[in-house]
Amino acid sequence: MTDLSSDTPTSFAAHARANRRELERRYPLVFAGDPLGRTLTIATVLGIAGLLVFGFWYLEFEPMKMWLGLGKLGDFVRFMIPPSTGTWSKFLIYLDALGETVAIAFLGTLLGAILAAPFGFLAARNVMARRFVQFTTRRFLDSVRGVDELIWALIWINVVGLGPFSGVLAITVTMFGAFGKLYSEAIEAIDEKASEGVISTGGNAIHRIRYGIIPQVLPVIAGQVLYYFESNTRSATIIGIVGAGGIGLHLAEQIRTLEYQHVSALILMILVAVATIDYFSSRLRFAIIGKSQVAV
Amino acid sequence: MASTVARLPDAQLEPLARAYKDALAAKQRQILIGIATLVVALFVAGYMAEVRIGEFLRHIDRFPTYIVRLFFLDTGASVFTDIGEWFWGWKHWLKLLVETMLIAYTGTFLGALAAFVLSFVISANLSRTAWLRISVKRFLEFCRTVPELVFALIFVVAFGLGPVPGVLAIAIHTMGALGKQFSEVVENIDMKPVEGITATGATWWETVRFAAVPQVLSNFASYALLRFEINVRGAAVMGFVGAGGIGQDLIEAIRKFYNSDVSAILILIIVAVMLIDLGTERLRHALLGKERS
Repeated sequence: MTDLSSDTPTSFAAHARANRRELERRYPLVFAGDPLGRTLTIATVLGIAGLLVFGFWYLEFEPMKMWLGLGKLGDFVRFMIPPSTGTWSKFLIYLDALGETVAIAFLGTLLGAILAAPFGFLAARNVMARRFVQFTTRRFLDSVRGVDELIWALIWINVVGLGPFSGVLAITVTMFGAFGKLYSEAIEAIDEKASEGVISTGGNAIHRIRYGIIPQVLPVIAGQVLYYFESNTRSATIIGIVGAGGIGLHLAEQIRTLEYQHVSALILMILVAVATIDYFSSRLRFAIIGKSQVAV
Repeated sequence: MASTVARLPDAQLEPLARAYKDALAAKQRQILIGIATLVVALFVAGYMAEVRIGEFLRHIDRFPTYIVRLFFLDTGASVFTDIGEWFWGWKHWLKLLVETMLIAYTGTFLGALAAFVLSFVISANLSRTAWLRISVKRFLEFCRTVPELVFALIFVVAFGLGPVPGVLAIAIHTMGALGKQFSEVVENIDMKPVEGITATGATWWETVRFAAVPQVLSNFASYALLRFEINVRGAAVMGFVGAGGIGQDLIEAIRKFYNSDVSAILILIIVAVMLIDLGTERLRHALLGKERS
């Protein structure tokens, strides 16, 4: 048997290669591999790659088209610099639309958060003892979330007409679905000791919710509402594309009429607005839940 | 055994009680100020967003009637009396649904691939060049802040109508979002294997390949699957701006009041999204379970 540690001057790798047969004999399991696992891995990789190739073919990715498109995109980006709104009056119009966007996001998030509160309790397993009600509420919230914001916007336009109000309602409905689920999850994750304490002193279900559950979930919920305010400002910018108010309408119009500099100015304005809201909402979030607990 | 609760003399008790009252009042004042700010913000936002409560209440009945109307055919009969007529375009719609899924799939794949490479560049523990790390990080931030539909609008101008701009828009957004999540996973790895492999004189690429990648792969896959789920929803509305998928038919049906078509397409989308959610959830649990064992 060769002593593997004897000649240290040569490199470890070279030594290992030279003594490969010996190593194989000593540690058969390391070299045997796992034929089933290997086949499975290869099959998965082939499947993933195959689907990708099929996707490229099905969606008509042609090299020539891509090349021409990239060229055009390069022109587009070149024309975008420097960002400019042309006149100051145009800038003020955009600024007004941006304010509208932020207002849509704010109202939609807040209304959704308020409306979702009772449903959060109904969908929580540890509050709603009737499994049927709990299950149905969950599925209801799921299907509300399954329909995209933009689709809700289109539906609300048919109800209240074009304009930012339909955008507010669209975000409200989407947030209602999202918050309902988040609330119920937060409620299911609470520490039950506080509730037991309330019950043991003779409190009823309402007391339990008010003193045993709400104090625990309120900071979590407040953090999530603030986070979604920022994320909804982003979605509110696109809601205008279908006519539901805000800056998206201008953005879509300027892109379609090829006013490149206006486009980049609008994108810049959106970025600044989102960054500002992100800054303030995360500071508020830290103030509410404390820095250490924030995951996002 | 009789027990009595000791009670402090009044003179000693009074300042304590006052301090308690003051603290309570301060807290209440704080809450009141918060509520007042919120109400003011609410009214300002309501004014800016042209909220018309009166008109809304007057027309609120239109919402349920609109939803109900979606379930009636042009002939006036309920859709449930003639399923064949309701889903008359199912062959075409299913084809578009497949297109939507493929847009989401290829977009997620391309974005995840780019995010995979970039995540090692921007993670604080593996990155070796600070300026590269910061600039790539800012770039990814830009990619995820600009909504994908905006990218799609721009790409439609450059690449023409069809699924290609949709795929690219989703890929760019996915790269931004996954890049961040991936880099957070990388930042949480166990550094001992990295040290071990660095000690053998390995290059940066070898360190990443043999020390970092094996640790992060299952988490990466899980995040990518979650992103795929989100992207299926995103791809469903890409058609709104002409970037392929079922959205084109949906927006046309809504705008032209083809009511039964709207409900049929919506049901197809919801069912597809739910099936994908279920599938990816199981896959993700399998992936994360394998890692734990």
